[in-house]
Amino acid sequence: MRIVVDKQLCTGCESCIESCPYDAIVMEDDKAFINEYCQLCRNCLSVCPEGAIKEIEDIYDREPPDVGEFRGVWVFAEQREGRLADVSLELLGVGRRLAETRSTDLTAVLFGATDREAQELIKWGADRVLHAEDPLFEYFNDDPYVHLLSRLIQEQKPEIVLAGATAIGRSFFPRVAARLRTGLTADCTGLEIDPETGNLLQIRPAFGGNIMATIVCPRHRPQMATVRPRVMKKGRYDETRKGEILKVPTDGLSSRTRVIQTVKEETGVSVNLQEVDVIVSGGRGVGGPEGFKMLQELASLLGGAVGASRAAVDEGWIPYSHQVGQTGKTVCPKLYIACGISGAVQHLVGMQSSDTIVAINKNPDAPIFNVADFGIIGDLKEIVPLLIKKLKELKGQ
Amino acid sequence: MDYFFTEEQKMIRDLARQIAEEKIVPVRAELDEKEEFPREIMEVLAQSDMFGIFVPEEYGGLGMGALELCIAVEELSRACLGISTSYAANALGTYPILLFGTEEQKKKYLPDIAAGRKLVAFALTEPNAGSDAAGIQTTAKKEGDYYILNGLKQWITNAGEADIYTVIAITDRAKGARGASAFIVEKGMEGFSFGKKEKKMGIRASVTRELIFENCKVPKENILGREGMGFIVAMRTLDQSRIGVGAQGVGVAQGAFEEALKFAKQRVQFGKPIISFQAVQHILADMAIQIEAARSLVYSVARYIDSGAKDISKVSAMAKVFATDVAMKVTTDAVQVMGGAGYMREYPVEKMMRDAKILQIYEGTNQIQRNIIGQALIKEATKLTG
Amino acid sequence: MRIIVCVKQVPDTAEVKINPETNTLIREGVSSIINPYDMHAIEAGLQLKEKKGGTVTVITMGPPQAEEALREAISMGVDEAVLLTDRAFAGADTLATSRTLAGAIRKLGFDIVICGKQAIDGDTAQVGPEVAEFLGIPHVAYVKKIEEITEEKIVLYRMMEEGYDVVEAPLPLLITVVKELNVPRLPSLKGKMRAKKAEIKRFTHKDIGIEEDRVGLRGSPTQVKNIFAPERKKERKILQGSPEEQVEWLIEELKKLKCI
Repeated sequence: MRIVVDKQLCTGCESCIESCPYDAIVMEDDKAFINEYCQLCRNCLSVCPEGAIKEIEDIYDREPPDVGEFRGVWVFAEQREGRLADVSLELLGVGRRLAETRSTDLTAVLFGATDREAQELIKWGADRVLHAEDPLFEYFNDDPYVHLLSRLIQEQKPEIVLAGATAIGRSFFPRVAARLRTGLTADCTGLEIDPETGNLLQIRPAFGGNIMATIVCPRHRPQMATVRPRVMKKGRYDETRKGEILKVPTDGLSSRTRVIQTVKEETGVSVNLQEVDVIVSGGRGVGGPEGFKMLQELASLLGGAVGASRAAVDEGWIPYSHQVGQTGKTVCPKLYIACGISGAVQHLVGMQSSDTIVAINKNPDAPIFNVADFGIIGDLKEIVPLLIKKLKELKGQ
Repeated sequence: MDYFFTEEQKMIRDLARQIAEEKIVPVRAELDEKEEFPREIMEVLAQSDMFGIFVPEEYGGLGMGALELCIAVEELSRACLGISTSYAANALGTYPILLFGTEEQKKKYLPDIAAGRKLVAFALTEPNAGSDAAGIQTTAKKEGDYYILNGLKQWITNAGEADIYTVIAITDRAKGARGASAFIVEKGMEGFSFGKKEKKMGIRASVTRELIFENCKVPKENILGREGMGFIVAMRTLDQSRIGVGAQGVGVAQGAFEEALKFAKQRVQFGKPIISFQAVQHILADMAIQIEAARSLVYSVARYIDSGAKDISKVSAMAKVFATDVAMKVTTDAVQVMGGAGYMREYPVEKMMRDAKILQIYEGTNQIQRNIIGQALIKEATKLTG
Repeated sequence: MRIIVCVKQVPDTAEVKINPETNTLIREGVSSIINPYDMHAIEAGLQLKEKKGGTVTVITMGPPQAEEALREAISMGVDEAVLLTDRAFAGADTLATSRTLAGAIRKLGFDIVICGKQAIDGDTAQVGPEVAEFLGIPHVAYVKKIEEITEEKIVLYRMMEEGYDVVEAPLPLLITVVKELNVPRLPSLKGKMRAKKAEIKRFTHKDIGIEEDRVGLRGSPTQVKNIFAPERKKERKILQGSPEEQVEWLIEELKKLKCI
């Protein structure tokens, strides 16, 4: 499929130019022309007053998709130093849902760790676990991960394979996709099944989170995606759940890279932010470092931690480790109180899956109110001290 | 306003502006506060070929002229006059070699200067000789293959940081002004050391120190021109470099003006941004008029110098006086427009005002500049009246 | 040492905003820049060259305008630039892009390939590892320090969530780099002048020997189905009244939800 301009109809009015988020429409000989920047977003289709912009089918579109023999949903269960990464459990949550929609099985693939972790994966929702044990998996190296996962996929032909968008997942998963010559969508924040086609709808932020895009991989299998940590909910843990653990042979594995040493670095607050139940977050409206002291007091009363928008961090009011959003941490506490944060999409993608969101902002049109459960239109410098006072009263202080 | 720059001139402007905004603005307040020499910025300038602008291509430079140097100086000065002083003083120290150096001297020194590997300083001023260059006490006595220098130079920009110094000393006191000579002295030469670091009102990101010569042995081939030409070397150098001080004035004035303009647009009093009050608009308008006039004069004179004209003393003095008086006035007005905020170190304009003052003083005070202009006028009057 | 740096020209996303009423991007005045992570890749390439000798070649795939990005790289000091431009490359996803870049890199020859960790418009971080797969060489992602390099091997720090791994890898190798690795240099005046005149090599799919249906949209397994603005929550409540009333109300609501 392609999008083209019908030169006969085009009047050269240029009204389509601004509609393209990719700068793909240019004027050539006083007519619009769609160049190689086009990403098929279809934004321009409805804009042309003459109906000159059209979607046309390529011969290639009529090739029958060879996807029928692929069945099953797989998630790659990441472990480091034998411990399952949280994102693996989140993948089981979303994987379970997808498998049920597709009336198929959910398989977890585990490289390294022990039987105990394999059992855990079943309790978190997997129907079966493909478990490979080998000293090579003690540290992360791309080669053995790529080689073994590709081999398993080629042998067993799952239709969906997911991994966490972590340092490990984002490093080796693309190589697997390239080796299998299939598509891969990075850093998804939403996964659904298209009821019409059964294809996986892969939703992810683009343009630094300013806009969301739905990606499909219609003619290739498996459909592969990495999923942003802390966005999906974990599956339901069921102590009694039964499943199958299959040991996978690891013959012929080797690695061209070698990890000499792993070094831990203190990340302090940032880790804390992803674990606490309450986050009180401040933006430009906080006005300065003193304002954050007030937010800290509120956070302490609620047993939580302080977060910040990029604007506040850029102003130097609070260190980067507190930053929530696209370029900071993704968090989903039970309660997120956004104070003086306007709500740029970059911030929203980092916190919008919080259970309850409270927004305090002077500007009633601030986009933060779009994701808030409760909004207070007012001055945080008035509201927050009142809130602190009331909470102290409640606690009998 | 468009001054019809060439592609190369625009490149210099854009790159100098990028350096100013990305590298200088973030550190200027700290450098000022700590009175620290901007070594890292000098490295950035070196790596960007900024030190080679006015050095001929055969010595590794870009072979450009006064106008191109002025463009770079103006952009740097817009961000920090202290840094632009360190940069411009390098050109000042290099001109004696460019104008009077032998082929050997040029080959030896200019490539390192153009690449920014070596920094240069110019040393004329002494405790008893500033505006009156004839009062120089430092002596150079020829002994075999060396000149032996003794004396003290004062308030020398880049002293201690520079590797190469062009120094004016007296070789024959009996001849008065015609008894001075110019020398290239290198850091590390026997008997050459540095005195105290001055604490200054402004341009505190530049270093100002004494040079001490105690039986300093300078090889005789390091003399610039011939014995007795020292005063001419100094005057021709200053004629050449003076326009750069004018460019500094335009730059710092522009920087202060932009700060004041931004502030006036944002600051609300009596329910309106203060820029909507005519009292403020008129101050801003006067600032803008003066800056544009100064810039036009500086560019015109720079182009005149680049044309190869010989009679540049008068016009370069005019540009220096006018642009630096404008700088003082505009930076002071910028503080006034910004009121209390302008006076606080949180905003950059108080520093700009402190910095601007030196422009009316160094490389010949504005009073001396007017003398130069006055003397040129007397000559012209003689021609008119016969 | 033959050093290849892959770059991408991207819209400056810091400037991209969305119009909430029309759900379209406001692109007015948005400029094109070299992807910021790729600036660190260029710097890494130049530093390697300074240390080990050799040449740095920068390549990009994009429309003819992407030449600007290559000229900027030349002004920083890279030796040579190659633009992969062809109508057939249009609409490429990461797989088709990687295949195309790898085709060009193979043609050029290489000892090390350096990419930024991801591009700020797509944020996929996939092209680097996929190029390495197409080239059949190992890669190390998220490199924050190059500790040691000899003719045969290289020792790197790879950023991980909780710290870093020290990784030893053989050459040839592909690395993707993070901002912590270095500070990109500014261009030089001589570099800018050279960049203005420099000849930029252009490759089409024919030059790199890849059939037309394996590049661009036709060689891309993934497609963008649609784009949309992040949705708004429906059930939000705006609390009314005086500040005191609002705060009391909020506390009641939060109590109901057992948040406090």
